[in-house]
Amino acid sequence: MSVKAILIRGGRVVDSSTGVNAERDVLLKDGLVAAIEEPGRIPRGQAATVIDASELIVAPGFVDIHVHLREPGQGYKETIATGTAAAAAGGFTSVCCMPNTTPVNGEPEITRWMLEPARRAVVNVFPVAAATVGSLGEELTEYDKMQVAGAVGVSDDGKPILEDEIMRRALVAATRLGLPVIQHAEDTRLTGGCSVNAGPVAFRLGLRGYLVEAEAAIVERDLRLVREIMAADKGMRPHLHVAHLSTARALEAVKQAKSEGLWVTCEVAPHHFTLTDEAVGDYDTHAKMYPPLRSEEDRNAMIQGLLDGTIDAIATDHAPHAAHENEVEFERAANGITGLETSLGLSLKLLHGKHGMKLERVVHLLSTGPARAIGLKGLGGLVVGAAADVVLFDAGREWTFRTAESWSKSRNSPFDGWDLPGRVEVTIRGGAMVYRR
Amino acid sequence: MAGKKRATRSARPAGVPAASSAVAINDYPAGSLLSVNHLTLDDVSSILAAATELEAARPRERAKLLDGRKAALLFYESSTRTRTSFELAAKSLGVVTTLVSDKSSSIEKGESLKDTGITLRALGAECIILRHLSSGAPYLLARATGLPVLNAGDGMHEHPSQALLDLRTILARLRLAPAARRGAISRTTLRGVTVVITGDILHSRVARSNSLLLPRLGARVVFCGPPELLPEHAVTIGRGVSIERDFDKALAKADVVMMLRIQKERLAGLQLDLAEYTDRYQLHNERLALYAPKACVLHPGPINRGLEITSEVADGPQSMIAEQVRHGVAIRMSLLVRALQTGGRG
Repeated sequence: MSVKAILIRGGRVVDSSTGVNAERDVLLKDGLVAAIEEPGRIPRGQAATVIDASELIVAPGFVDIHVHLREPGQGYKETIATGTAAAAAGGFTSVCCMPNTTPVNGEPEITRWMLEPARRAVVNVFPVAAATVGSLGEELTEYDKMQVAGAVGVSDDGKPILEDEIMRRALVAATRLGLPVIQHAEDTRLTGGCSVNAGPVAFRLGLRGYLVEAEAAIVERDLRLVREIMAADKGMRPHLHVAHLSTARALEAVKQAKSEGLWVTCEVAPHHFTLTDEAVGDYDTHAKMYPPLRSEEDRNAMIQGLLDGTIDAIATDHAPHAAHENEVEFERAANGITGLETSLGLSLKLLHGKHGMKLERVVHLLSTGPARAIGLKGLGGLVVGAAADVVLFDAGREWTFRTAESWSKSRNSPFDGWDLPGRVEVTIRGGAMVYRR
Repeated sequence: MAGKKRATRSARPAGVPAASSAVAINDYPAGSLLSVNHLTLDDVSSILAAATELEAARPRERAKLLDGRKAALLFYESSTRTRTSFELAAKSLGVVTTLVSDKSSSIEKGESLKDTGITLRALGAECIILRHLSSGAPYLLARATGLPVLNAGDGMHEHPSQALLDLRTILARLRLAPAARRGAISRTTLRGVTVVITGDILHSRVARSNSLLLPRLGARVVFCGPPELLPEHAVTIGRGVSIERDFDKALAKADVVMMLRIQKERLAGLQLDLAEYTDRYQLHNERLALYAPKACVLHPGPINRGLEITSEVADGPQSMIAEQVRHGVAIRMSLLVRALQTGGRG
């Protein structure tokens, strides 16, 4: 790698993987972290580029374990190039992209295509393989070949792995390879035609309501399967990861399972700890997502789960859609919002600003936490010898998010015009600057 | 990555959350009626007063009022009463109408609601009357076209003109308000009046519009029905709304009883024992005579005779069903005048 050495001086290093939270200078060389020292210890001459990071937080590059980059096949929404540019602008240096592309990422050639340099990714891309062929929930894909091609987990995200027997097989097959099964927990037998959370808002708007039980039922079922697999074979320890958790009830199931020592992890999206179903207003399709925005009670439960450590990671579920897909009747509008550029800001605003979460904990939930949750080894920490993936942000600086200025190809966000704390100044991936404000 | 062009800034002021700012703010084209929530009590007074004036006007005078103005009736769902009522109301005011239905238009070819609206506007429509199977569709159409949109029923959401004609029917029957006077409607106009709405509340846009409108005039609305069709959280729709699952008890309080149709097309897999339903919630003569001998009976139609209501009641002396339809034409004339005189052209 021929990137020039970079010296980051005068910043405060915050890294939960090492517990460092202090003024440090950081030297990046040959794509790796070469040194982390007390201020002034590293001579300026060591680096061609010196970044003055005074007043800035220097953290491990953020890791988003749940994004939709839309390629192959849906380049009108987003490309790997534009999606990773948005990631870099949001402080992320690694993303895991979901397999619901066209065609579905269930074959090694597709995974390899996603990882080709021609895609012009500016951050690390870790594809998640389809858990079943075509994500149809009937037949497992070839996990071993997908893993060799570069997949870091399996999921049918966008849909659940619904059948008990298929989910059981997925867990067993993934466990043998050390891969997590990432479940989109939705009992689709209960959610047909639903577009908002079940409750007063759904009633007022005359929309069919998505019950919290539809999420909890699948999480509870999956945990039962994990227990059964472990009971049948003591050597098996499946890793279940619950994607975009949104309900207090499912969170309770995860908490219980964790206390039993099961290997279950979960993530929550910023919109689920920031907004409730009230944000739908008069059928604002930018407030339509799956799982839907929930009640205040569920939103508070997500915040509690982040505070008490039950929730392992913040993940955006970045879901870009073209304008015409949202300029339709609410029930027909696309699900999901973009999230990469607002994740840090919303996390700081809600968790740090409103609920007193320590800054290092917020950083953890955006870096070390997600890297560990999915098992991305060597990522999410700022340690000598590790890849030089670093984000520099100004935690106190307010800025205004505007979809018109987004790096994403799409504009579907309910946070247009929001003032957010925590402006990303510089993002470095593999020792190369991939974003500078 | 440097040098990316910065596009123009959003018009929304900084720090104003986009989603929550939409709640309860009526920034839709003037003259629109999307939800009864967008009407002030003064608006309601004016609409009722104008309805009375228009009804009393000489047909020839009336036909000059909106002579040559253009309104499109855009119907994605079948309708007899509402469509004919709007059409007759429009014609009696001299409005040129055109009917576009999903069965015989480019909608069948997949044209979006937005594009259909833009096309109708380009063809000269100054107002669109929309019946649609998706809740919220009128909001989309109003935003997309900038034209006044009259919501003639959207999915399970609202049917505002129905609530207004029901209100006019109730006021006439109870001889409560001098409806011809502007400003006559107040927060106490229906004080002491209990309106029982019975049946498929969950899927009913009529129930929603009435329960949002009538309590604002002081009425008490009581929802009645089984849990499958009437979830507990239905009471959160607004103040003055309660639930009484025992129909006989509800009837005993009723000054007005509004029966709703079982909407087989919206049940979506819901299993309902119709025999049991009929037994518990059908309005028949014995029940009416025993518990509500003085109440007036409303039904937005279409009626399933023998299911939610018997023929004897529907055709009986307490029934105001035909009156409702008559009031509907007056209300819709008033709404068209409001739409085309305040909105539309220009």
